[in-house]
Amino acid sequence: MSKMMFWEAIQRAYDEEMTNDSLVFCMGEDIGVAGGTYKATKGLYEKFGSERVMDTPISENGFTGLGIGASFLNVRPIIEIMSVNFSWLAMDQMFNTAAKVHFMSGGQLKAPIVVRSPGGTAHQLGAQHSARMEKVFMGIAGLRVVTPSNPRQAYGLLKSAVRCDDPVFIYEHELMYNMQGEVPDTEYFHPLIGSEIARPGGDITLFGYNISVHWCLQAAETLSKQHGIEAEVIDLYALSPLDREGIVQSVSKTHRAVIVEEAEPAVGVGAEVMAIINEECFYELDAPPVRVSAANVPIPYNHTLEKSVIPNAQDVTAAVLKVFGQ
Amino acid sequence: MNSDVKKRLLREMLFARRFEERCYEAYVERKIGGFLHLYPGEEACAHGVLEAANCGHDYVITSYRDHVHAIKCGVDPKAVMAELFAKEAGCCKGLGGSMHIFGVEHRFMGGYALVGGPFPLAAGIAKGIQMKKGNEICICFLGDAANNQGTFHESLNMAKLWNLPVLYVCENNLYGIGTRIDRSTAVVDQYKRVSSYNIPSNQVNGQDVELVYEAATQAIEHVRSGKGPYFLELMTYRFRGHSMSDSNAYRPKNEERVWGKRDPVIMFRDRLIETGEITQEDFKNMDNEILEEIEQEIIRFADESQEPSMELLDKYVLVENDPYVTGGSR
Ligand SMILES: Cc1ncc(C[n+]2csc(CCOP(=O)(O)OP(=O)(O)O)c2C)c(N)n1
Ligand SMILES: [Mg+2]
Repeated sequence: MSKMMFWEAIQRAYDEEMTNDSLVFCMGEDIGVAGGTYKATKGLYEKFGSERVMDTPISENGFTGLGIGASFLNVRPIIEIMSVNFSWLAMDQMFNTAAKVHFMSGGQLKAPIVVRSPGGTAHQLGAQHSARMEKVFMGIAGLRVVTPSNPRQAYGLLKSAVRCDDPVFIYEHELMYNMQGEVPDTEYFHPLIGSEIARPGGDITLFGYNISVHWCLQAAETLSKQHGIEAEVIDLYALSPLDREGIVQSVSKTHRAVIVEEAEPAVGVGAEVMAIINEECFYELDAPPVRVSAANVPIPYNHTLEKSVIPNAQDVTAAVLKVFGQ
Repeated sequence: MNSDVKKRLLREMLFARRFEERCYEAYVERKIGGFLHLYPGEEACAHGVLEAANCGHDYVITSYRDHVHAIKCGVDPKAVMAELFAKEAGCCKGLGGSMHIFGVEHRFMGGYALVGGPFPLAAGIAKGIQMKKGNEICICFLGDAANNQGTFHESLNMAKLWNLPVLYVCENNLYGIGTRIDRSTAVVDQYKRVSSYNIPSNQVNGQDVELVYEAATQAIEHVRSGKGPYFLELMTYRFRGHSMSDSNAYRPKNEERVWGKRDPVIMFRDRLIETGEITQEDFKNMDNEILEEIEQEIIRFADESQEPSMELLDKYVLVENDPYVTGGSR
């Protein structure tokens, strides 16, 4: 194990996969000569050249479609969409083509693309640069959606996504690229399904993913130290398909659940996890599940207002205490 | 083009005409469901271009009006008809339908229903060819109205920028459903629109299969020799409505009459009769054979095929048993 930053972990996965297979290439805006907005592709242009590290024009739907077409020949593109807010423009090709072509061709074609995109609310980027769009991608059959909460996952998920024959969307967080974490020294492929117990506990389950895992972990510490409540934190790094079994297992143990998401509540991860709990283990519950979500508004520019609409660890702690009637 | 090739081409075009007309009837009989877009009137486009290509080697991609392109690429017409009948023996096992015919073993990369969707896919296939250092090209057939999508401009720009081996063929039938081209498009001559990307182009009579063949031969030679993308505009006309649900009430009768005289099958037949390469009798026999084959082999096959099983539903949503899904390795 060695410590590295989130962006370095991604860069290492690119480097290894492109070294391993000459048909892996990457594309995106400013990823080559400029080295990538968040440095995730730093040094690759110098090492692999312009044919495999392609600076694209600002044509999200076009270059995503181009990547999908290339993937029909089992050439493997890693497509970076500079910000998840811009991925709306690529959804036509991702949803209408990548997600459906294997099915509608009766299994004849595959679209083994990887699309990586940073999203979430950072620092005062305004309404059009603060979207959280995981809910949109995870609602579409035929796509895999994963989201790393630490450098180890960022590295291992990208490695598996490149080799997997399905189209995979990787949702990253703009605030997490400089986060440090342990990454195995040897090659590591992270599963694209399942979930991880980020912290074991017996009293309540906190479901998080991506940045909200960290809010959950922080809240769990406070709950343990100040309230004697042992929360289990489940990291839902796979958003589609969601880990039904893992969700049920934990809730059947703790009998209480709080789902924490950075996005607006409607049609989101929280709603989906609640539905699964309802369908699979309703009678295990000692209290109604609760979700902690963003306010249902576009993200404001003002710093104080911005912070107020996005949940944090204190909100998670408060929600848990409420579940326990405190 | 030698005489044998001409005779075969005539037969193929006539087959395409009869196949599509039979689809029309099958739709009326409710054996075919959903959207059905037919190709009569435009046969010389697919046949002229693909005759000049290396089918089975070159990649072909198109829109929802795709049966004839698939068959010319080598997809078995029985499998196409069975697909239209939504049967398991269909080329996509009944999961695709008329707008989504695929024949990947023949490098027919599919029909797609989103207008303009295949533009970037074709550029991507060409990128794949380039990375594999192959000498194939990708040929993308789309309609005139598709050129008003952003994907048209995005793809032409990238194809030129990266010198991709892709031939864009515009089947300009003057309409996008019921909207005539001059009511939707500022520049009516489509081949002129690509000059802003510095892509060479040509416009030819798409009703004359020999002219299409000649123009396509030049275009393909350009692309295959590594000179980058090319745009070929074929002036054509569809003899039926846009799809089966189209009233076809928006086209002036006079326009239909003029174009009706430019029937690509009849024009080519008459030329071959004139040169003495076939007789009226030969043509009649050819037609009867085709009608017989369609009825006795193709329709019967589609009729007798099984409905797809429910198990198919889960099979192709995601790739089955991919080891990397569980973090394993191959
Ligand atoms: C993105 C999108 N918008 C609208 C439609 C509906 N539609 C289907 S075909 C068509 C007209 C396309 O005309 P053209 O590209 O000229 O092809 P043609 O049908 O004439 O061969 C339209 C508007 C669609 N399928 N996809
Ligand atoms: Mg048209």
